[in-house]
Amino acid sequence: MTGTTSRAPRPAADSALELPRYLREQEDRRTPVAYAGYRSTALRAPLRTPVDLPQRLTEVTGPVLGEDRVTAADADLTLRMGGEALGQRINVFGRVLDSDGRPVPDALVEVWQANAAGRYRHVGDNWPAPLDPHFDGLGRVMTDSLGRYEFTTIQPGAYPWGNHHNAWRPAHIHFSLFGRAFTQRLVTQMYFPGDPLFWQDPIFNAIPPSARHRAIATFDLDRTQDNWALAYQWDIVLRGSDQTPFETDDDGDVA
Amino acid sequence: MSIDHLSPQVRNADETNDRRPGTPRRGSGFLDEPFQLGLTPSATVGPYLSIGLTWADGPHAVAEGTEGAIWLRGRVFDGNGDLVPDAMIETWQADPDGRFDHPDAPQGERRFPGFRGFGRSHTVEPAGEYGILTLKPGRVDDGKGGLQAPHVDVSVFARGLLDRVVTRIYFGDEAAANAEDDVLASLPDDASRRTLIAQPTEDGYSLDIHLQGDDETVFFAV
Repeated sequence: MTGTTSRAPRPAADSALELPRYLREQEDRRTPVAYAGYRSTALRAPLRTPVDLPQRLTEVTGPVLGEDRVTAADADLTLRMGGEALGQRINVFGRVLDSDGRPVPDALVEVWQANAAGRYRHVGDNWPAPLDPHFDGLGRVMTDSLGRYEFTTIQPGAYPWGNHHNAWRPAHIHFSLFGRAFTQRLVTQMYFPGDPLFWQDPIFNAIPPSARHRAIATFDLDRTQDNWALAYQWDIVLRGSDQTPFETDDDGDVA
Repeated sequence: MSIDHLSPQVRNADETNDRRPGTPRRGSGFLDEPFQLGLTPSATVGPYLSIGLTWADGPHAVAEGTEGAIWLRGRVFDGNGDLVPDAMIETWQADPDGRFDHPDAPQGERRFPGFRGFGRSHTVEPAGEYGILTLKPGRVDDGKGGLQAPHVDVSVFARGLLDRVVTRIYFGDEAAANAEDDVLASLPDDASRRTLIAQPTEDGYSLDIHLQGDDETVFFAV
Protein backbone atom coordinates (compact mmCIF):
# COMPACT_ATOMS: atom_id res chain seq x y z
CA MET A 1 0.00 0.00 0.00
CA THR A 2 2.83 2.36 0.74
CA GLY A 3 4.96 1.10 -2.11
CA THR A 4 8.10 -0.88 -2.23
CA THR A 5 11.01 0.62 -0.39
CA SER A 6 13.96 -0.74 1.45
CA ARG A 7 12.49 0.02 4.84
CA ALA A 8 13.05 -2.68 7.38
CA PRO A 9 10.00 -3.86 9.28
CA ARG A 10 9.60 -2.20 12.62
CA PRO A 11 10.44 -4.33 15.63
CA ALA A 12 6.80 -4.51 16.58
CA ALA A 13 6.06 -3.36 20.09
CA ASP A 14 2.34 -3.75 20.40
CA SER A 15 1.49 -3.76 16.72
CA ALA A 16 3.24 -4.66 13.51
CA LEU A 17 2.09 -1.45 11.83
CA GLU A 18 4.64 -0.13 9.43
CA LEU A 19 4.31 3.59 8.82
CA PRO A 20 5.54 5.28 5.67
CA ARG A 21 8.37 7.71 6.15
CA TYR A 22 8.46 10.83 3.99
CA LEU A 23 11.54 12.30 2.44
CA ARG A 24 12.63 15.74 3.54
CA GLU A 25 14.04 17.85 0.71
CA GLN A 26 17.65 18.93 1.09
CA GLU A 27 18.00 22.39 2.58
CA ASP A 28 19.70 23.77 -0.52
CA ARG A 29 16.84 22.81 -2.83
CA ARG A 30 13.94 23.88 -0.64
CA THR A 31 12.41 27.33 -0.51
CA PRO A 32 13.46 28.89 2.81
CA VAL A 33 10.66 30.26 5.00
CA ALA A 34 12.37 33.68 5.04
CA TYR A 35 14.13 35.56 2.25
CA ALA A 36 15.72 38.98 2.80
CA GLY A 37 14.53 40.39 -0.53
CA TYR A 38 10.89 39.58 0.29
CA ARG A 39 10.23 42.21 2.90
CA SER A 40 7.10 40.73 4.45
CA THR A 41 9.10 37.78 5.74
CA ALA A 42 11.03 40.05 8.13
CA LEU A 43 8.35 40.16 10.83
CA ARG A 44 6.60 36.92 10.00
CA ALA A 45 9.05 34.12 9.33
CA PRO A 46 9.97 32.44 12.63
CA LEU A 47 13.52 33.21 13.72
CA ARG A 48 14.27 30.15 15.83
CA THR A 49 15.41 26.86 14.40
CA PRO A 50 12.48 24.47 14.01
CA VAL A 51 12.49 21.40 16.25
CA ASP A 52 12.57 18.01 14.54
CA LEU A 53 9.22 16.29 14.81
CA PRO A 54 9.24 12.51 14.37
CA GLN A 55 6.87 11.31 11.67
CA ARG A 56 4.19 9.35 13.46
CA LEU A 57 0.55 8.60 12.85
CA THR A 58 -0.60 12.22 12.89
CA GLU A 59 2.10 13.25 10.42
CA VAL A 60 1.81 10.35 7.95
CA THR A 61 -1.97 10.54 7.68
CA GLY A 62 -4.09 13.36 6.32
CA PRO A 63 -7.61 14.28 5.35
CA VAL A 64 -9.30 12.06 2.78
CA LEU A 65 -11.16 14.66 0.73
CA GLY A 66 -13.83 13.45 -1.61
CA GLU A 67 -15.26 14.44 -4.94
CA ASP A 68 -17.86 16.45 -3.05
CA ARG A 69 -15.24 19.20 -2.72
CA VAL A 70 -15.38 19.93 -6.44
CA THR A 71 -17.94 20.33 -9.21
CA ALA A 72 -17.32 19.90 -12.94
CA ALA A 73 -17.63 23.67 -13.41
CA ASP A 74 -14.73 24.26 -11.00
CA ALA A 75 -12.27 23.06 -13.66
CA ASP A 76 -13.16 25.86 -16.09
CA LEU A 77 -12.28 29.33 -14.83
CA THR A 78 -13.21 30.96 -18.13
CA LEU A 79 -16.96 30.57 -17.69
CA ARG A 80 -18.20 32.36 -14.65
CA MET A 81 -21.14 34.49 -13.68
CA GLY A 82 -22.96 33.93 -16.92
CA GLY A 83 -20.25 34.80 -19.38
CA GLU A 84 -16.76 34.32 -20.73
CA ALA A 85 -13.63 35.72 -19.13
CA LEU A 86 -11.42 38.00 -21.19
CA GLY A 87 -7.89 36.96 -22.00
CA GLN A 88 -5.82 34.25 -23.60
CA ARG A 89 -7.48 30.91 -22.96
CA ILE A 90 -5.06 28.24 -21.69
CA ASN A 91 -5.29 24.64 -20.56
CA VAL A 92 -3.06 23.86 -17.61
CA PHE A 93 -2.44 20.18 -17.05
CA GLY A 94 0.05 17.81 -15.51
CA ARG A 95 0.53 15.03 -13.05
CA VAL A 96 0.89 15.06 -9.32
CA LEU A 97 3.63 12.58 -8.41
CA ASP A 98 5.61 11.77 -5.34
CA SER A 99 9.38 11.83 -5.39
CA ASP A 100 9.45 8.07 -6.04
CA GLY A 101 7.66 8.80 -9.32
CA ARG A 102 4.37 7.33 -8.15
CA PRO A 103 1.17 9.16 -9.10
CA VAL A 104 -0.81 10.77 -6.31
CA PRO A 105 -4.44 9.90 -7.14
CA ASP A 106 -7.60 11.52 -5.77
CA ALA A 107 -5.71 14.57 -4.51
CA LEU A 108 -7.46 17.90 -4.19
CA VAL A 109 -5.82 20.66 -6.24
CA GLU A 110 -7.00 24.21 -5.50
CA VAL A 111 -5.86 27.09 -7.73
CA TRP A 112 -6.37 30.83 -7.69
CA GLN A 113 -5.01 33.63 -9.82
CA ALA A 114 -5.27 37.21 -11.07
CA ASN A 115 -7.30 38.02 -14.18
CA ALA A 116 -5.84 38.86 -17.60
CA ALA A 117 -5.15 42.41 -16.44
CA GLY A 118 -3.29 41.23 -13.34
CA ARG A 119 -6.06 42.06 -10.89
CA TYR A 120 -7.38 39.75 -8.17
CA ARG A 121 -11.02 39.72 -7.23
CA HIS A 122 -10.23 40.55 -3.61
CA VAL A 123 -10.97 43.52 -1.35
CA GLY A 124 -7.25 43.90 -0.70
CA ASP A 125 -6.35 44.35 -4.37
CA ASN A 126 -7.20 47.82 -5.64
CA TRP A 127 -4.48 48.75 -8.09
CA PRO A 128 -5.92 50.47 -11.18
CA ALA A 129 -6.46 47.50 -13.45
CA PRO A 130 -9.97 46.43 -14.42
CA LEU A 131 -11.92 43.61 -12.84
CA ASP A 132 -13.47 41.13 -15.23
CA PRO A 133 -17.15 40.50 -14.47
CA HIS A 134 -16.75 36.95 -15.75
CA PHE A 135 -13.63 35.94 -13.90
CA ASP A 136 -13.39 35.09 -10.21
CA GLY A 137 -9.99 33.39 -10.36
CA LEU A 138 -10.87 30.22 -8.44
CA GLY A 139 -10.52 26.64 -9.65
CA ARG A 140 -10.64 23.20 -8.03
CA VAL A 141 -9.92 19.78 -9.45
CA MET A 142 -9.18 16.30 -8.18
CA THR A 143 -6.36 14.22 -9.66
CA ASP A 144 -7.52 11.06 -11.42
CA SER A 145 -6.30 7.52 -10.75
CA LEU A 146 -3.03 8.30 -12.57
CA GLY A 147 -2.45 11.53 -10.68
CA ARG A 148 -3.45 13.69 -13.65
CA TYR A 149 -5.14 17.05 -13.35
CA GLU A 150 -6.34 19.57 -15.91
CA PHE A 151 -8.15 22.88 -15.88
CA THR A 152 -8.97 25.69 -18.30
CA THR A 153 -8.30 29.29 -17.41
CA ILE A 154 -6.96 32.49 -18.92
CA GLN A 155 -3.34 33.58 -18.90
CA PRO A 156 -2.98 35.69 -15.74
CA GLY A 157 -1.42 39.13 -16.04
CA ALA A 158 1.57 40.46 -14.14
CA TYR A 159 0.86 43.01 -11.43
CA PRO A 160 2.74 45.56 -9.33
CA TRP A 161 3.21 45.22 -5.59
CA GLY A 162 4.83 47.24 -2.84
CA ASN A 163 7.88 45.15 -2.06
CA HIS A 164 10.30 47.62 -3.65
CA HIS A 165 10.17 50.45 -6.18
CA ASN A 166 8.50 49.33 -9.41
CA ALA A 167 8.22 45.73 -8.23
CA TRP A 168 6.14 43.42 -10.44
CA ARG A 169 5.08 39.85 -9.80
CA PRO A 170 5.69 37.59 -12.81
CA ALA A 171 2.48 35.98 -14.05
CA HIS A 172 1.67 32.99 -11.86
CA ILE A 173 -1.07 30.66 -10.71
CA HIS A 174 -1.30 29.74 -7.03
CA PHE A 175 -1.61 26.01 -6.32
CA SER A 176 -2.59 24.25 -3.11
CA LEU A 177 -2.25 20.47 -2.85
CA PHE A 178 -3.13 17.75 -0.41
CA GLY A 179 -1.30 14.51 -0.86
CA ARG A 180 -2.21 11.57 1.32
CA ALA A 181 -0.28 12.77 4.38
CA PHE A 182 0.16 15.88 6.49
CA THR A 183 3.84 15.79 5.51
CA GLN A 184 2.93 16.17 1.81
CA ARG A 185 0.88 19.36 2.08
CA LEU A 186 2.11 21.91 -0.45
CA VAL A 187 1.17 25.48 -1.35
CA THR A 188 3.11 26.92 -4.25
CA GLN A 189 2.99 29.02 -7.42
CA MET A 190 3.31 28.00 -11.06
CA TYR A 191 5.15 30.36 -13.41
CA PHE A 192 5.22 30.63 -17.20
CA PRO A 193 8.34 29.99 -19.28
CA GLY A 194 10.57 32.88 -20.29
CA ASP A 195 8.98 35.51 -18.10
CA PRO A 196 11.10 38.70 -18.27
CA LEU A 197 10.12 39.58 -14.69
CA PHE A 198 11.79 36.61 -12.97
CA TRP A 199 15.08 38.39 -12.26
CA GLN A 200 13.51 41.12 -10.11
CA ASP A 201 10.99 38.98 -8.20
CA PRO A 202 12.09 37.98 -4.69
CA ILE A 203 9.37 35.34 -4.34
CA PHE A 204 10.65 33.51 -7.42
CA ASN A 205 14.28 34.10 -6.49
CA ALA A 206 13.77 32.79 -2.96
CA ILE A 207 13.66 29.34 -4.58
CA PRO A 208 17.22 27.95 -4.66
CA PRO A 209 18.62 28.22 -8.21
CA SER A 210 18.80 24.43 -8.62
CA ALA A 211 15.06 24.10 -8.03
CA ARG A 212 13.66 27.15 -9.85
CA HIS A 213 12.96 25.29 -13.08
CA ARG A 214 10.56 23.05 -11.16
CA ALA A 215 8.28 26.03 -10.58
CA ILE A 216 8.00 26.87 -14.31
CA ALA A 217 5.46 25.22 -16.62
CA THR A 218 6.37 24.17 -20.15
CA PHE A 219 4.45 25.14 -23.26
CA ASP A 220 2.97 22.08 -24.98
CA LEU A 221 1.93 22.50 -28.60
CA ASP A 222 0.50 18.97 -28.70
CA ARG A 223 -2.05 19.83 -26.08
CA THR A 224 -3.16 23.13 -27.56
CA GLN A 225 -6.65 23.05 -29.02
CA ASP A 226 -7.17 24.30 -32.54
CA ASN A 227 -9.16 27.51 -32.60
CA TRP A 228 -9.55 27.37 -28.86
CA ALA A 229 -6.70 27.37 -26.30
CA LEU A 230 -2.96 27.22 -25.70
CA ALA A 231 -1.60 24.63 -23.27
CA TYR A 232 0.95 24.44 -20.48
CA GLN A 233 2.14 21.36 -18.64
CA TRP A 234 3.22 21.46 -15.04
CA ASP A 235 4.02 18.31 -13.09
CA ILE A 236 4.03 18.67 -9.34
CA VAL A 237 6.20 16.48 -7.12
CA LEU A 238 5.28 15.92 -3.48
CA ARG A 239 7.42 14.24 -0.86
CA GLY A 240 7.74 10.48 -1.41
CA SER A 241 9.25 7.79 0.72
CA ASP A 242 12.50 8.43 2.48
CA GLN A 243 14.80 5.74 1.12
CA THR A 244 17.77 6.35 3.33
CA PRO A 245 18.31 3.52 5.82
CA PHE A 246 16.66 4.19 9.14
CA GLU A 247 19.49 3.61 11.56
CA THR A 248 17.52 3.17 14.72
CA ASP A 249 15.13 0.68 13.19
CA ASP A 250 17.12 -1.62 10.99
CA ASP A 251 19.51 -4.30 12.07
CA GLY A 252 21.57 -4.39 8.93
CA ASP A 253 19.67 -6.92 6.87
CA VAL A 254 17.81 -4.46 4.74
CA ALA A 255 16.82 -6.07 1.47
CA MET B 1 34.59 24.45 -16.50
CA SER B 2 33.53 22.33 -13.57
CA ILE B 3 30.06 20.92 -13.18
CA ASP B 4 28.66 20.46 -9.73
CA HIS B 5 27.24 16.99 -10.23
CA LEU B 6 24.46 15.97 -7.85
CA SER B 7 26.07 12.66 -7.00
CA PRO B 8 28.93 12.71 -4.51
CA GLN B 9 30.22 9.52 -6.11
CA VAL B 10 30.54 11.22 -9.45
CA ARG B 11 31.74 14.46 -7.93
CA ASN B 12 34.51 12.69 -6.06
CA ALA B 13 35.46 10.33 -8.86
CA ASP B 14 39.02 10.49 -10.11
CA GLU B 15 41.42 8.19 -11.91
CA THR B 16 42.08 6.21 -8.73
CA ASN B 17 38.52 5.13 -8.16
CA ASP B 18 36.39 5.66 -11.23
CA ARG B 19 37.10 2.20 -12.67
CA ARG B 20 35.97 0.35 -9.54
CA PRO B 21 33.01 -1.89 -10.39
CA GLY B 22 29.75 -0.23 -9.50
CA THR B 23 31.23 3.23 -9.42
CA PRO B 24 29.84 5.35 -12.20
CA ARG B 25 32.26 7.29 -14.33
CA ARG B 26 31.77 10.94 -14.93
CA GLY B 27 29.06 11.41 -17.51
CA SER B 28 28.27 7.70 -17.76
CA GLY B 29 24.59 8.39 -17.20
CA PHE B 30 24.25 5.63 -14.64
CA LEU B 31 21.84 6.28 -11.81
CA ASP B 32 24.01 5.56 -8.80
CA GLU B 33 21.52 6.63 -6.16
CA PRO B 34 17.87 5.73 -5.59
CA PHE B 35 15.57 7.12 -8.27
CA GLN B 36 14.14 10.33 -6.96
CA LEU B 37 12.28 13.21 -8.55
CA GLY B 38 13.06 16.70 -7.31
CA LEU B 39 10.33 18.14 -5.14
CA THR B 40 8.28 21.08 -6.32
CA PRO B 41 9.45 24.07 -4.26
CA SER B 42 6.92 25.81 -2.03
CA ALA B 43 5.89 29.45 -2.37
CA THR B 44 3.98 31.88 -0.20
CA VAL B 45 0.21 31.65 -0.14
CA GLY B 46 0.21 35.43 -0.68
CA PRO B 47 -2.35 38.00 0.44
CA TYR B 48 -5.23 36.71 -1.68
CA LEU B 49 -5.44 33.17 -0.34
CA SER B 50 -9.09 33.58 0.56
CA ILE B 51 -9.99 33.49 -3.16
CA GLY B 52 -8.79 29.92 -3.56
CA LEU B 53 -8.79 28.44 -0.11
CA THR B 54 -12.16 29.30 1.37
CA TRP B 55 -14.53 26.48 2.22
CA ALA B 56 -17.93 27.28 3.67
CA ASP B 57 -17.42 24.42 6.12
CA GLY B 58 -13.67 25.03 6.54
CA PRO B 59 -13.63 25.72 10.27
CA HIS B 60 -15.91 22.76 10.99
CA ALA B 61 -13.95 19.58 11.53
CA VAL B 62 -17.28 18.43 12.95
CA ALA B 63 -20.76 19.78 12.27
CA GLU B 64 -22.12 22.42 14.57
CA GLY B 65 -24.18 20.84 17.33
CA THR B 66 -22.07 17.68 17.50
CA GLU B 67 -21.95 16.36 21.04
CA GLY B 68 -18.68 17.15 22.73
CA ALA B 69 -17.58 19.67 20.08
CA ILE B 70 -15.04 22.27 21.19
CA TRP B 71 -13.73 25.46 19.64
CA LEU B 72 -9.98 25.79 19.27
CA ARG B 73 -9.39 29.50 19.12
CA GLY B 74 -6.47 31.84 19.16
CA ARG B 75 -4.74 34.81 17.63
CA VAL B 76 -1.75 34.99 15.31
CA PHE B 77 0.92 37.63 16.00
CA ASP B 78 3.91 38.89 14.03
CA GLY B 79 7.27 40.04 15.33
CA ASN B 80 5.92 43.49 16.23
CA GLY B 81 3.19 41.94 18.33
CA ASP B 82 0.65 42.98 15.69
CA LEU B 83 -2.19 40.68 14.70
CA VAL B 84 -1.78 38.88 11.36
CA PRO B 85 -5.09 39.42 9.57
CA ASP B 86 -4.35 37.43 6.40
CA ALA B 87 -3.12 34.06 7.60
CA MET B 88 -4.69 30.62 7.31
CA ILE B 89 -4.55 27.91 9.95
CA GLU B 90 -5.09 24.26 9.07
CA THR B 91 -5.50 21.54 11.69
CA TRP B 92 -5.20 17.76 11.47
CA GLN B 93 -5.81 15.40 14.35
CA ALA B 94 -7.03 12.04 15.62
CA ASP B 95 -10.58 11.41 16.77
CA PRO B 96 -11.38 11.12 20.49
CA ASP B 97 -10.32 7.46 20.39
CA GLY B 98 -6.93 8.44 18.96
CA ARG B 99 -7.81 7.01 15.54
CA PHE B 100 -7.40 8.29 12.00
CA ASP B 101 -9.69 7.54 9.10
CA HIS B 102 -6.82 6.86 6.71
CA PRO B 103 -5.49 3.82 4.81
CA ASP B 104 -2.06 4.00 6.46
CA ALA B 105 -3.49 4.06 9.99
CA PRO B 106 -4.58 1.04 12.04
CA GLN B 107 -8.07 0.09 10.99
CA GLY B 108 -10.85 -0.30 13.48
CA GLU B 109 -14.24 0.91 14.47
CA ARG B 110 -14.82 4.61 13.98
CA ARG B 111 -17.22 5.91 16.55
CA PHE B 112 -17.46 9.49 15.29
CA PRO B 113 -19.19 9.59 11.91
CA GLY B 114 -18.94 13.01 10.31
CA PHE B 115 -15.68 13.80 12.04
CA ARG B 116 -13.33 15.13 9.33
CA GLY B 117 -10.23 15.54 11.48
CA PHE B 118 -9.26 18.48 9.32
CA GLY B 119 -10.08 22.15 9.87
CA ARG B 120 -9.21 25.29 7.97
CA SER B 121 -9.67 28.82 9.31
CA HIS B 122 -8.65 32.19 7.95
CA THR B 123 -7.65 34.93 10.35
CA VAL B 124 -9.53 37.61 8.43
CA GLU B 125 -12.64 38.10 10.54
CA PRO B 126 -12.20 38.87 13.39
CA ALA B 127 -8.81 40.15 12.26
CA GLY B 128 -5.94 37.98 13.43
CA GLU B 129 -8.14 35.28 15.00
CA TYR B 130 -8.70 31.68 14.04
CA GLY B 131 -11.35 29.24 15.21
CA ILE B 132 -11.82 25.52 14.51
CA LEU B 133 -14.81 23.52 15.72
CA THR B 134 -13.68 19.99 16.43
CA LEU B 135 -13.60 17.11 18.89
CA LYS B 136 -10.84 16.79 21.40
CA PRO B 137 -8.38 14.19 20.10
CA GLY B 138 -7.49 11.09 22.05
CA ARG B 139 -3.99 9.83 22.73
CA VAL B 140 -2.10 8.49 19.74
CA ASP B 141 0.44 5.66 19.55
CA ASP B 142 3.98 7.01 19.57
CA GLY B 143 5.34 4.06 17.57
CA LYS B 144 7.54 2.98 20.47
CA GLY B 145 4.96 1.24 22.60
CA GLY B 146 3.87 4.42 24.36
CA LEU B 147 1.24 7.06 23.84
CA GLN B 148 1.52 10.68 22.83
CA ALA B 149 -0.49 13.30 24.66
CA PRO B 150 -3.62 14.50 22.83
CA HIS B 151 -2.45 16.91 20.16
CA VAL B 152 -3.46 18.67 16.97
CA ASP B 153 -0.99 19.22 14.13
CA VAL B 154 -1.18 22.78 12.82
CA SER B 155 0.00 24.39 9.58
CA VAL B 156 0.25 28.18 9.38
CA PHE B 157 0.21 29.84 5.95
CA ALA B 158 0.51 33.58 5.30
CA ARG B 159 1.88 36.30 3.11
CA GLY B 160 5.47 36.67 4.30
CA LEU B 161 5.92 32.92 4.87
CA LEU B 162 7.52 31.26 1.84
CA ASP B 163 6.61 27.83 3.20
CA ARG B 164 4.03 26.74 5.73
CA VAL B 165 5.23 26.57 9.31
CA VAL B 166 4.14 23.65 11.45
CA THR B 167 3.31 23.57 15.12
CA ARG B 168 1.12 21.55 17.51
CA ILE B 169 -1.66 22.30 19.92
CA TYR B 170 -1.64 20.38 23.22
CA PHE B 171 -4.23 20.71 25.97
CA GLY B 172 -3.72 22.41 29.34
CA ASP B 173 -6.00 20.04 31.23
CA GLU B 174 -3.97 16.98 30.19
CA ALA B 175 -1.07 17.54 32.57
CA ALA B 176 -0.40 13.85 33.18
CA ALA B 177 -0.41 12.94 29.49
CA ASN B 178 1.61 16.02 28.60
CA ALA B 179 4.25 15.03 31.16
CA GLU B 180 4.67 11.68 29.37
CA ASP B 181 4.79 13.11 25.86
CA ASP B 182 8.23 12.71 24.34
CA VAL B 183 7.79 15.53 21.82
CA LEU B 184 7.07 17.96 24.64
CA ALA B 185 9.92 16.42 26.62
CA SER B 186 12.30 17.06 23.71
CA LEU B 187 11.79 20.83 24.02
CA PRO B 188 14.42 22.79 25.90
CA ASP B 189 12.32 24.31 28.69
CA ASP B 190 8.87 24.95 30.13
CA ALA B 191 8.64 28.30 28.37
CA SER B 192 8.91 26.49 25.03
CA ARG B 193 6.34 23.88 26.07
CA ARG B 194 3.93 26.60 27.16
CA THR B 195 3.83 27.98 23.61
CA LEU B 196 2.09 24.76 22.53
CA ILE B 197 -0.38 24.23 25.37
CA ALA B 198 -3.90 25.56 24.85
CA GLN B 199 -5.82 26.63 27.93
CA PRO B 200 -9.46 25.74 28.61
CA THR B 201 -12.06 28.42 27.83
CA GLU B 202 -15.85 28.63 28.01
CA ASP B 203 -16.38 26.83 24.72
CA GLY B 204 -13.14 24.94 24.22
CA TYR B 205 -9.49 25.89 24.27
CA SER B 206 -7.39 28.88 23.34
CA LEU B 207 -3.82 29.18 22.10
CA ASP B 208 -2.14 32.17 20.48
CA ILE B 209 0.51 31.66 17.83
CA HIS B 210 3.51 33.98 17.85
CA LEU B 211 5.46 33.84 14.60
CA GLN B 212 8.31 35.77 16.23
CA GLY B 213 9.13 37.56 19.48
CA ASP B 214 10.01 36.61 23.04
CA ASP B 215 7.09 34.18 23.08
CA GLU B 216 7.85 32.74 19.64
CA THR B 217 5.86 29.55 19.23
CA VAL B 218 7.81 26.34 18.88
CA PHE B 219 7.69 25.33 15.21
CA PHE B 220 8.56 21.88 13.94
CA ALA B 221 10.40 20.42 10.98
CA VAL B 222 8.43 17.37 9.84
